[in-house]
Amino acid sequence: MITLTINGVSIQAEEGASVLGIARANNVWIPSLCQHDSLSDYGACRLCLVEIVGRGGRRKVTTSCTLPAAAGLEIVTESERLTRLRRTVMELILAGCPHSQGVRELAEKLGVKPGRLETNPDNDCILCGQCVRACREISQAEAISFGNRGVDRKVMTPFGEVSPRCVLCGACVFVCPTGSRLLNLAKIAGEEPRALLSRFDAGMTSTGAISRPFPQAVPNVPAINRLACLKLNREACGICEKVCEAKAICYQDADRSRKLEIGAIVAAPGFEPFVPDHDYGLGYTTNPDVVTSMEFERILSASGPFGGHVVRPSDGHAPRRIAFLQCVGSRDVSCRNGYCSSVCCMAAVKEAIIAKEHERSVEPTIFVMDIRAFGKEFDKFVERAKSEYGIVFKYSRVSDVVRDEKTGENEVIFADESGRLQRERFDLVVLSVGLEPSGDTRRLARLLGVRVNEYGFLWTEPLRPLATSRAGLFAAGAATGPRDIPETVIQASAAACEAARLLAPARNTLVTERVYPPERNIAGEPVRIGVFVCHCGINIGGVVDVPAVKDYAAMLQGVAYADANLYTCSQDTQKLIKQRIEEHKLNRVIVASCSPRTHEALFQETMKESGLNPHLFVMANIRDQCSWVHQQDPEGATAKAKDLVRMAVAMARLAEPLQSVSLPVTPAALVIGGGLSGMTSALAIADQGFDVCLVEKEKELGGNLRKLDRTLAGQDLQALLQSAIAGVRKHPRIQTHVGARMREIKGFVGNYESTLSNGTVFKHGAIIVATGAVEYQPEEYGYGRHRKVITQMELSRHLEQGLKSALSSVVMIQCVGSREDPRQYCSRVCCSKAVQNAIRLKALYPQAEVRVLYRDLRTYGMREPYYAEARDKGVLFTRFDLNDRPEVIWNGKSEKPTVLVKDPVLGLKTALKADFVVLSAGMVADGEANDVLAKQLKVPLNQDGFFLEAHVKLRPVEFATDGVYVAGLAHGPKSSDESIAQALAAASRACVLLSRKELEAHGTIGDVDPERCAACGLCEKICPFGAVTLEVQRIGRTDRLLARINPALCKGCGACCASCRCGAITLRGFTDEQILAEIAAL
Amino acid sequence: MNNDHPSEFREWQPRILAFLCNWCSYAGADLAGVSRLQYPPNVRIIRVPCSGRVNPAYILKALQDGVDGVLVSGCHPGDCHYLTGNYYARRKFRLLKELLDFVGVEDGRVQFSWVSAAEGAKFSQVMTEVTEKVRALGPNRRLAKRIVKM
Repeated sequence: MITLTINGVSIQAEEGASVLGIARANNVWIPSLCQHDSLSDYGACRLCLVEIVGRGGRRKVTTSCTLPAAAGLEIVTESERLTRLRRTVMELILAGCPHSQGVRELAEKLGVKPGRLETNPDNDCILCGQCVRACREISQAEAISFGNRGVDRKVMTPFGEVSPRCVLCGACVFVCPTGSRLLNLAKIAGEEPRALLSRFDAGMTSTGAISRPFPQAVPNVPAINRLACLKLNREACGICEKVCEAKAICYQDADRSRKLEIGAIVAAPGFEPFVPDHDYGLGYTTNPDVVTSMEFERILSASGPFGGHVVRPSDGHAPRRIAFLQCVGSRDVSCRNGYCSSVCCMAAVKEAIIAKEHERSVEPTIFVMDIRAFGKEFDKFVERAKSEYGIVFKYSRVSDVVRDEKTGENEVIFADESGRLQRERFDLVVLSVGLEPSGDTRRLARLLGVRVNEYGFLWTEPLRPLATSRAGLFAAGAATGPRDIPETVIQASAAACEAARLLAPARNTLVTERVYPPERNIAGEPVRIGVFVCHCGINIGGVVDVPAVKDYAAMLQGVAYADANLYTCSQDTQKLIKQRIEEHKLNRVIVASCSPRTHEALFQETMKESGLNPHLFVMANIRDQCSWVHQQDPEGATAKAKDLVRMAVAMARLAEPLQSVSLPVTPAALVIGGGLSGMTSALAIADQGFDVCLVEKEKELGGNLRKLDRTLAGQDLQALLQSAIAGVRKHPRIQTHVGARMREIKGFVGNYESTLSNGTVFKHGAIIVATGAVEYQPEEYGYGRHRKVITQMELSRHLEQGLKSALSSVVMIQCVGSREDPRQYCSRVCCSKAVQNAIRLKALYPQAEVRVLYRDLRTYGMREPYYAEARDKGVLFTRFDLNDRPEVIWNGKSEKPTVLVKDPVLGLKTALKADFVVLSAGMVADGEANDVLAKQLKVPLNQDGFFLEAHVKLRPVEFATDGVYVAGLAHGPKSSDESIAQALAAASRACVLLSRKELEAHGTIGDVDPERCAACGLCEKICPFGAVTLEVQRIGRTDRLLARINPALCKGCGACCASCRCGAITLRGFTDEQILAEIAAL
Repeated sequence: MNNDHPSEFREWQPRILAFLCNWCSYAGADLAGVSRLQYPPNVRIIRVPCSGRVNPAYILKALQDGVDGVLVSGCHPGDCHYLTGNYYARRKFRLLKELLDFVGVEDGRVQFSWVSAAEGAKFSQVMTEVTEKVRALGPNRRLAKRIVKM
């Protein structure tokens, strides 16, 4: 290191470094157009002139970029002479290149106006040579260079011909300060450059050869694209290694093989969206305003390519009319995807609503065959889309999209319900693309030696939905068939359950526990804070004056020690922090660096290793919230950093050690409901070595399963019933109570004590609610009044037992008791049931006319091929509208009933005489029983009476209240395989809890001051986790009603604290005093 | 705010306090940082577990202490890590707004927003808007007990 002087200020610098670089690093601005940090210095533009002050005050002018730093050098960057010289140079550059934005801006900054000199309006190159240097030094391609001499000098390829050496890296274009047209890669290389497209943005933005895959990637660090990296492919470039101060770039990293001993495998390779290629039609490959739903998703995203503005790609204008075309690449044998992709209907509805929310003028139309809103609460969402957002649904088949080049409109050609061809114009067309197995899925299947189904999805056993064709190998998620987020999450937990069943004996055998030194008792110690300010290389130090922040911190009240580190998160610094804690008897530590969201845990670990409570650590975020976002304002950023440190010190002064509370866990589970779900859960938990108490209110186990015969694919459900009952009965860890109900449930997560109506008392740690649902008892269509009007369940029974006489006509009516007030939800299974029974009828009585009257036929996922089969076999499907529903009439009780329904093709009412009218009766929750149980468990029901999970997408088997889980029909209508998956998932979640010896409640929880509590009960009412209860407690010598916070249930959100009228509750770690101290410190 | 520079050299700068919930808005602030999205350096952030943790008294206290503007930012409706905290926050601020109106605190001094962990750009935009809005309102004089010179 040497010392030189710039504008009278002494500066430490590396000997030989460029003076321009040193000046810029010290926030001294010198104009330049030819300098780039990644390129050698060249002195082409002559703008970075400075004066060297020589002996006797003589001043020599030279370019600073090519001037190496030397000891004692004295530099002046601003003087009248320099200004004059720079202006002259600038004026020449501006005249030579008058239209470049970069040149004009700099000219303006230097006070140079155009006009004095003759200009060359066609030229856009200032001959700075950055492109030439980039091509040589970065890409090592040497495809372009300077050619000709004097006024003819220009950047060109040898002889102006196509250069085979060009690698189309675009480094020249990137560094060019004027955006010169000379750098036309297509002309230089003779082929069109292709951008590296961002997969995350559905190919709508480009990305670099090194980039973070997407904003919230885990781990959130950049990765090198090895197919595009110049270093890996050509030993060129290497800029990322040069600029990374943390030395994190390692080009040598390679794939490694590792051998692992494992007991089970879960495959979850996911899906790929369908790509509508040229042959598929609809113009996706040629029409810029036809986008896929994945692309539209990114268009709508605030972090997407258009910043969340709804625009169409062709011209960037906001589209008014948007068409969503459903079933692109699904339900379509022409592309061999005969299945339904299950998720696209709701995705389209969601995208239409969001588009409408962004831009009220948008008019979305969704072209559907059926609206498949079969999930929980989905139908209500669709109804809202229609009534609140005015989204139009058109029952139709789309044949093509044709672009009108003149107006930029896109004509959707479709057949409407009556079969007539229609045309409608739209500004933007969104193709709701289906889900396909990825190429990786096939490769993985071959590698694992497991079967795939006819569409290439991983095959799983119909009634063990996670089990593949090979023992010990399980598959979950969309790799086994299209499914929505909640089903995927359920399957993931269920697969974990299946694996854990095999591995239960080995549980915890590979765990090494960390041992920490005993915690130092800091009670009575004066506050001694240590502040460590981080440079983070140049990330913070390049903007914020770190030494000044450190010195400032040292002066603050309570601070015993302050230091600045290059990288505070490095291993060495952790050691140093531990040392300093010991040397300076520190009892609070502040690190002023990056975000606590990423680094708090690391430093808290250091605290624990030093024998300090981790809650005595506070972080000031002076990088993400300061240096990175105020790069142009170093002064403001430094002032802000000081403030943030001061606020952190104020907070730390009041920090107290917080102890986490450990509570024992009773390793047993209570399963309420002995149907398919309950028995499945009970067996899964018992197989993992925990006791289970299974409670069934009926006299026999089995629930609804007793009434079912076969699945759609033909599996015998009665055999499943018998094996499940036998399994439960003979399992040594399961105690079964039939004909019993819950009398009382006391306790909380890990520690329950329940009493059954038969007097049994059971202690347990977890609860699974699997109370099922019941078949709706129809009142409509003459059910119960005419004996030929029956339900699907009854028809199944008839078919199983055999009918006395042949049938000639059967009419089925769908959505009986579902999808209309007061039950505005889809019962999910009835369409498949109807299709199943229709196929069976056709098999038994090929001559019979079987007609299904439906509103939307919802044979989702792999059920769709059965719908196609039914149509092939001659089953007739007729759609009806709710406001034009069928009628069932009959003359005498002995006469066959007649169904009147409007035929959409003819537009007329037709009368169908039927041997049987079969009603697809929906599922309803057992409202009263659920109500009682929900109150006992303190968990919520939805407005249809089904249990309401903690999060409809991400936590589909848990309740907000820890320790209680839900499975099967109690959660909502679903098929038997879905119930099995959910039951396994609930068992999985419960076993995570039960396998812990102790439950550790974290330290930041609410705390009640009994002196202030008025027992108003507001906290109990608002706590979403049921953690607060009003209880009679003994305070001194009196018994008083007070709020009590259960540390095992409290999540530390602080809602109770902020709502307490008496200020009786405070949140440890975020106390009122601490927050007010932070405010006061500002 | 520290007084390294004599007040006459710098034009008046609003002092703004932001309460950000740990799970969404604070993460959005981090994302703005990671993405290097620039915004004015006038806002000081206090991290809270949830926007529902913010007691309206904090806002009044901040205004009394001479802060020129307060922002509370939480998760989007339906996204709360604690299920309903942001709804509680919304209700509280609706009431607080009425109170502030009543005592004559200008509309815009206390603001509420939803910023998700994925919305770095939105965070930077909100910061800029809040700063400019408060700057246009001028120094807070209505409740301030302690007028601090910049």
